Amino acid sequence: MQERDVPFLETKHLSWKTNGVTIIKDISVRIEQESIVAIIGPSGAGKSSFLRLLNRLSEPTAGQVCFQGRDYRELSPRTLRQRLGMVMQLPHLFPGTVTYNLRFGPRQFGKELSSADIQKLLAEVGLKDYANRDVSSLSVGEAQRVSLARTLANSPHGLLLDEPTSALDEDTEREVEALICRIIAEERLTCLIVTHDTAQARRMADHAIRIVDGAKADFGPIEEVLDAK
Amino acid sequence: MLSRIFTTPRALGAAQAAIAAASAILLILLARTRKIRLIKETLVALLRGCLQVVAVGSVVLLLLEQPMWTAIIVLMTMIGAATTIGARRSKDIPGAFWVTLQGIALGAGSFIVVMTLIGVIEWEMSSLVPVGSMLIANAMNTVALSLDRFGSDVKAHVGEIEAALALGAEPKETVRPYVQAATEAGLIPRLNSLRSLGIVWIPGLMAGMILAGDDPVYAAIYQFVVIAMIFAASGLTTIVSMLLVRSRIFSPAMQLLLRSREGEQE
Repeated sequence: MQERDVPFLETKHLSWKTNGVTIIKDISVRIEQESIVAIIGPSGAGKSSFLRLLNRLSEPTAGQVCFQGRDYRELSPRTLRQRLGMVMQLPHLFPGTVTYNLRFGPRQFGKELSSADIQKLLAEVGLKDYANRDVSSLSVGEAQRVSLARTLANSPHGLLLDEPTSALDEDTEREVEALICRIIAEERLTCLIVTHDTAQARRMADHAIRIVDGAKADFGPIEEVLDAK
Repeated sequence: MLSRIFTTPRALGAAQAAIAAASAILLILLARTRKIRLIKETLVALLRGCLQVVAVGSVVLLLLEQPMWTAIIVLMTMIGAATTIGARRSKDIPGAFWVTLQGIALGAGSFIVVMTLIGVIEWEMSSLVPVGSMLIANAMNTVALSLDRFGSDVKAHVGEIEAALALGAEPKETVRPYVQAATEAGLIPRLNSLRSLGIVWIPGLMAGMILAGDDPVYAAIYQFVVIAMIFAASGLTTIVSMLLVRSRIFSPAMQLLLRSREGEQE
């Protein structure tokens, strides 16, 4: 494990421009180990774009991202993405069974999950008997749970969650939210979650970054950021 | 009947062309009664087709009197033209021109070389240029179809591809299903040609050989040889192109570069 004073993730003057438009403007934040940070802001502010820069699905046009104390460009993108798991707004499961989906990540690194590993992961997300189910037969809520389990199968050090409950109905949203909170706590994961729902941010996170028009408008403990309006 | 009036082959050809064109115009005039208005387009197409094919005939006539090395230049020029036309539909794929060029050159081009060395294509101007052009033209169509399908599939599955990248997958692994689908999509028309040969259609080359007085059985066998070569050359071209295009749509940092405008992130 790394030393406590090294932040889990740090962005320094991070910017991203695409098609001539600057989407992310000079964001510098320091995410501590095991913290849960909500990324909030109005629709179209650049919250998801910021998250994508953190696991390098998009390439920063200026600035730096340090992951566990190192510039993330020193790591191969595959290693970075394995360590910093991402759950997207929609599950985007691969055609096939739930087991195929859970085995996909570890297989990329030459590791084959055993049936016991699969069962453990599925139990963790409340889908005990789903191993052989075809993903086309799952509800959106179940698919999002499988997506979370698929990310956890890579044993990440941290999680990036891009509005993971926004496509779910209210009851399922609260269930998946509670599930995510439990897993983060049990696994002691550092987590960044994009949400447009301030109530959800308050329930889940201990810190928040408010992004407005691509720039950091506020960053600090959750109550301070949410009450600062 | 016409052959009694027009005694030289060129005069006979011109008369036949005029009657064939007149029948096409008559059809369009008939279609007009059903409110299908294609007169202008048909006239332009007929004129254009006639000029193009006469021009090609004149070029072939000139070529037949040239030394064999000119055939190589002609085929290379055809590869260049096929690349420009074939890559036009896939402008949004990064490096589509180079992918198409390398695909046709390494696929159809190398196939023509090998077949000529073996003797399946004769080392004669009258054989190498027309057969070579057929292989190149079909390779062009195949690679254009495959790239078009690949581009649409990738843009329709950005979420799945990025989900796989986010799990640490190699870029080529994330697009594997779309490479397979695009390769098959490109080859289906060629496969159908092979399958329906002689039943649904009697291809031009065979018809031409029979009209020229060749043995119909030899004409049929040679037509099969050409269609089979078209399939093989097109297949090789599309496989090479698909192998090359996989890496073109990702950045060195394994980020997906090909995405529709609507797919842009917030």
